[in-house]
Amino acid sequence: MDELEKRMLKEVAELDSLPVGAFNIRSNGESAGRCSTANIQIESRESGDGINVYFKDGTKNESCHIPVIISKSGHKECVYNDFFVGSDCDVVIVAGCGISNCGGHDSQHDGIHTFHIGKNSKVKYVEKHYGEGNGTGKRFMNPTTVVNLDEGATMEMDTSQIAGINDTYRITKAVLGPGATLIMHDKILTNFDQTAKAEITVELNGDDSVCDIVSRGVAKGESEQDVIIDIAGNAKCKGHAECDSIIMDKGVIVATPKLKATCVDASLIHEAAIGKIAGEQIIKLMTLGLNEQEAEQKIIEGFLR
Amino acid sequence: MLELQNISFHADDKDILKNINLKIDDKFVAITGPNGSGKSTLLKVIMGIIKPTEGRVLFDGQDITDLEVYERANLGISFAFQQPVRFKGLKVKDLLSIAAGEGVDVSKDCKYLSAVGLCAKDYLNREINDTLSGGEMKRIEIAMAAARGGKLSLFDEPEAGIDLWSFQSLIKVFENLRRVTNGNIMIISHQERILEIADKIIYLKDGVVDRFDESAKIMSELNMGRYGCGCAYSQKEGACNG
Repeated sequence: MDELEKRMLKEVAELDSLPVGAFNIRSNGESAGRCSTANIQIESRESGDGINVYFKDGTKNESCHIPVIISKSGHKECVYNDFFVGSDCDVVIVAGCGISNCGGHDSQHDGIHTFHIGKNSKVKYVEKHYGEGNGTGKRFMNPTTVVNLDEGATMEMDTSQIAGINDTYRITKAVLGPGATLIMHDKILTNFDQTAKAEITVELNGDDSVCDIVSRGVAKGESEQDVIIDIAGNAKCKGHAECDSIIMDKGVIVATPKLKATCVDASLIHEAAIGKIAGEQIIKLMTLGLNEQEAEQKIIEGFLR
Repeated sequence: MLELQNISFHADDKDILKNINLKIDDKFVAITGPNGSGKSTLLKVIMGIIKPTEGRVLFDGQDITDLEVYERANLGISFAFQQPVRFKGLKVKDLLSIAAGEGVDVSKDCKYLSAVGLCAKDYLNREINDTLSGGEMKRIEIAMAAARGGKLSLFDEPEAGIDLWSFQSLIKVFENLRRVTNGNIMIISHQERILEIADKIIYLKDGVVDRFDESAKIMSELNMGRYGCGCAYSQKEGACNG
């Protein structure tokens, strides 16, 4: 791996070296390293367009890193990664994709991740998307995340697109069984003429299932974001969605809440707010010695944490 | 060290501050006076949050009238808001580290927070959002001013919105701050116990400095009813004696 690829790995997976535990590193469509463990088995899909990852029942305190790097201008790929997590597991999965495009051709990564999470298992999923490069070629990223939570299972998702992606279409679909919990924090920062569309759909199908979806967006420059959060309560369940956005410059954000209840015991709440950075927040940080730009930066940094 | 020369401020066809002239070099100065007398405006003019319509502000001999808020902050002036600002995502430790101008130092943060009666373990990682109560916000605001440790700390009515139990400990905080700080303190307050520990009191009325004198003198006049009632400044912790 060259220096650029190592730096991208640091950006998307906070890795300085090969991770401990299971990992699969994909670089420009090829495997740049793979490691299975006694409890986590990584296999190539027969079709060759991704991996299947199997977690044995009872796997605890183990992690699996699957970062993707694209540094060749014009490289386009569609990758399917399926995760089969057994019962009573407690694991961390770190994904993420970085595109560096210094050339004149468009680069694109479409990643479809499907999770099957077994009874009473707990998964923390971290996914970071990042783009850079000063070429005329664009950087596209279209992640789809499908989550199936079995009885009593918990998924905590921390997903973000931090910079440099020209256009993204992010789809998340989750189906929750009895007693299952989904906690999702999604963060998007767009700038210049970038566009981002996010669709988050949750079906609360089991009694006592719970979801808490927090989406935060910052649109700078002339960028546009379109966020849809759609929760269906089909059982005795609790669903909460919060869609919070900051617009700056000539940014545009559309936030669309959709709640549907088909059970009288479903309790669903949606909150949405769009606005500029509050002037009093900037003044407060200025009284602590930051200038206006530094104050704005700090506020956004915290907002998208 | 702080000099206000002919400071006036007009807004909405009103004279909020009228030709204020003050030279302040005292360690602990309390500003009091009826509601609407211009106390908060005066403090904001010193911090640079409000630009005066007329007049100059001098700090350590330097004319700071045209300096931005952050430039004044970096000269050593700090400001604790009457209604502390909330931030989604930023944590107590983030603001304390910005305030102290250095990275996170848990032992120092612990010192600042315990001085205002908060346990660092419980609060450093708390977001400064709606989950904190008004009293907690006030204490954190004061801890930030202490963390800045500037030459001049400005407090805009720190007791406002604080319950009585919290108020008792806030008084101790200011008594302690007065004792340990190397810089000077200016504090807007209506509370007798705060006024009593001040070296001097500025009594503002209708945008004018009605009195600026030693605390003991003004307090005795206040107790004699020289300034009448009509506001809370002459009562003990909120009980109006008419």
